[in-house]
Amino acid sequence: MDSSEFGDGTVYTETIVHSPPEQYAADAPYQLAIIDVDRGARLTVRILGKEPNERAHIGDRVSFVEERNGVAYYRKSNSQVAADEPSGTARPLV
Amino acid sequence: MRSVAIIGIGKTAFGAFPARDLRSLAVEAVDHALTDANVSAPAVEAFYVGNFAGPSFVGQNHLAPYIGTAAGFNGIPCTRFEDACASSGSAFFHAWQSVAAGVYDLVVAAGVEKMTSQTTPRVTEILAGAGDMAGEGRAGATFPALFAMIAQRHMHQYGTTREQLAAVSVKNHANGAKNPHAHMRKVITLEQALAGKPIAEPLTVYDCSLISDGAAAVVIVPADQAQRYTTRSVRVLSVAQTSDYVALDSKQDITLFPSVKSAGEKAYEAASVGPSEIQVAELHDCFTIAEILASEDLGFVPKGDGGPWAAAGCSAIGGRLPINTSGGLKSKGHPVGATGVGQICDIVMQLRGDAGERQVARHQIGLAQNLGGSGATCVVTILRAE
Repeated sequence: MDSSEFGDGTVYTETIVHSPPEQYAADAPYQLAIIDVDRGARLTVRILGKEPNERAHIGDRVSFVEERNGVAYYRKSNSQVAADEPSGTARPLV
Repeated sequence: MRSVAIIGIGKTAFGAFPARDLRSLAVEAVDHALTDANVSAPAVEAFYVGNFAGPSFVGQNHLAPYIGTAAGFNGIPCTRFEDACASSGSAFFHAWQSVAAGVYDLVVAAGVEKMTSQTTPRVTEILAGAGDMAGEGRAGATFPALFAMIAQRHMHQYGTTREQLAAVSVKNHANGAKNPHAHMRKVITLEQALAGKPIAEPLTVYDCSLISDGAAAVVIVPADQAQRYTTRSVRVLSVAQTSDYVALDSKQDITLFPSVKSAGEKAYEAASVGPSEIQVAELHDCFTIAEILASEDLGFVPKGDGGPWAAAGCSAIGGRLPINTSGGLKSKGHPVGATGVGQICDIVMQLRGDAGERQVARHQIGLAQNLGGSGATCVVTILRAE
């Protein structure tokens, strides 16, 4: 993905994954969401944060944090999750 | 196009069978189907087998001739079909086409999967390969996660509740408990289903189908030749296969599957029957929300009413339209490549009146719906008792 396509967006749907695939075992539980980016794209992204108030619900605004290994990481807008929060640790694909 | 009939069905039990290999499961199902059809293996003219991920689960490729030779087929075309969890639905569709088109007069369609030799995280990863691995898969989307996001959106748009999802699981477990071939023959309560271990919120372990081993097979012939073999044939009124985007985030509205809607419409039209005429159905309940979506997309209830309809008992045995009398993928089990043909076997049993204590009262017309991925493939089959 080209990071220029990212930008703030709105959560279309989301879930907390408790039972991860093998390659993301260290990340679980993590929040996954499909978001509508303001400039038009619909993307599947990770939402950073482990606390209940950091969970982004349907309709919530989310802000782009960074892109690593082809995965876009967002956080709930106005939440205080640091970009290096451990739940965002993506191991490279084998 | 010629009219086609199913003259034999065969299934293994679905479950965890550490001592069994993939091929022996497939051969057992084929043997049962040939015996049921009063057909010998060397007479079969073509073999179509559905399998999702044999190479990943058990390290074996080139499955069709590998199974076909062991089943006693005699140098005939043997071909594997892969369309994720709709692999054997697709195998059946193509087998049906070959007979309907007049290419062959005696064909076996089968499906098989051997999943339980891998750990759950590894199975989860292999299954994720049915999604878009460059996008949603890389972001960490498992299949439970994709259907969880569908459920969240369905709850948001239509007010579907956790209790309604759980009701589907309770119903399917109640049915499966009475099926001697089911993987998990266990009655569960609504309270248990609601308190299950979370897998991907809002789905708990009781919303998710099982990781299973198993195989299923059917024998098909032109309908006007069925009487040569058996008095218990079932007519294939129609089969429709459709496709859509693999990535869930490519869909406009994830609370409905266009592939299911269009496969249903095509199958109803070709069979000259409507949704209200279906008397028994096997729907692809890989997750509880998937059964709710399918009941809506196939026109059994208006969009958004699937949850309340299930919770009211309308899809239970004895209800207006019994769904998943086999126990469904939830309780019967979901050896993914075997599921499509397995559902067809289950409907044939009902139409023949062979379903024992799960037998439904009206059993002239039945429907099977097999889904691949998050709706990228759908196969709908409508069958009629002869």
